[in-house]
Amino acid sequence: MDAAAVTKIDLTTLITAVADTIAAHADELTALDQAIGDGDHGLNMNRGFEAVRAETATLAEKPLPEALKAIGTKLVMTVGGASGPLFGTLFMTLGKELPAEPGRADFSAALAKAIDAVAARGKSQAGQKTMLDVLYPVQAAVAAGKTTPEVADIADQAAEATKPLKAIRGRASFLGDRSIGHMDPGARSSALITRAIAGTLEPRV
Amino acid sequence: MNNVGIVIVSHSPKIAEGTADMVRQMVGEEVPLAWCGGNPDGGLGTQVGAIMEAIEKAWSEAGVAILVDLGGAETNSEMAIEMIGEPRASRIVICNAPIVEGAVMAATEASGGASLKEVVATAHELAPA
Repeated sequence: MDAAAVTKIDLTTLITAVADTIAAHADELTALDQAIGDGDHGLNMNRGFEAVRAETATLAEKPLPEALKAIGTKLVMTVGGASGPLFGTLFMTLGKELPAEPGRADFSAALAKAIDAVAARGKSQAGQKTMLDVLYPVQAAVAAGKTTPEVADIADQAAEATKPLKAIRGRASFLGDRSIGHMDPGARSSALITRAIAGTLEPRV
Repeated sequence: MNNVGIVIVSHSPKIAEGTADMVRQMVGEEVPLAWCGGNPDGGLGTQVGAIMEAIEKAWSEAGVAILVDLGGAETNSEMAIEMIGEPRASRIVICNAPIVEGAVMAATEASGGASLKEVVATAHELAPA
């Protein structure tokens, strides 16, 4: 992804890549969530993205903003658990903010607004051992003009960096200091989604 | 029915239904009441769609008070209210109160014809300081 417009995003490829990575890592996400949460993150995310995958053909025909809004709504309605509204809000806000043929600057600005919307939805902020601890660095990397592989690596490093944090929000916060030492499941799934999306954009930019 | 409606949202359908039973024992049919709980696979969890249906079922022009258990129930209830939108959304309030005590107290208050504000305030008195 360079400064030039990413004029055509292949939604079928993108949806397939995200759903595939969530499916492949569902057990891992659930294991992370069993350590510090209620142990349903992998199952919930997989249910949501399989529901999105089932509508790929319909979604791919929509303009990008409408498709993203529909993906967000589908996640809200199918994930079951707080991840539904959180990831749903991310995609819905991206859909609301992005033009039909976004360039990097559009994407960077829309992502910033979408992450703020997730923070408001979760009444959370950076440093509380949540998905935000991956999303904010990802947005900063996009804004700074990093390449897609670099953005994906930054996402992974940011997820890794949630390990020493103490959870302040969500079920993991009930554990207090015992949440320290475990990677946040929402941070991990956010990094997985970032890598999947980065991978689909990479060949064309 | 013009009394405020009560919606109970728990991760566990058993807790939601059991809480609703306790509410019914207290107020009978004087208060519109609905409950939901569980994920689409029958496990523990909460769903936006089910919460929207419960709000619809317990809808009253006087408004609806929602009692929730843990974080996801609250986040999903907030999302459900947003998706229902105005003019109803501003007449749907999530109570900061323990789910069982809050539901029983809120419903008892509602059964006397109290306003949504009064019903919510009664539940909030139960919240830990």
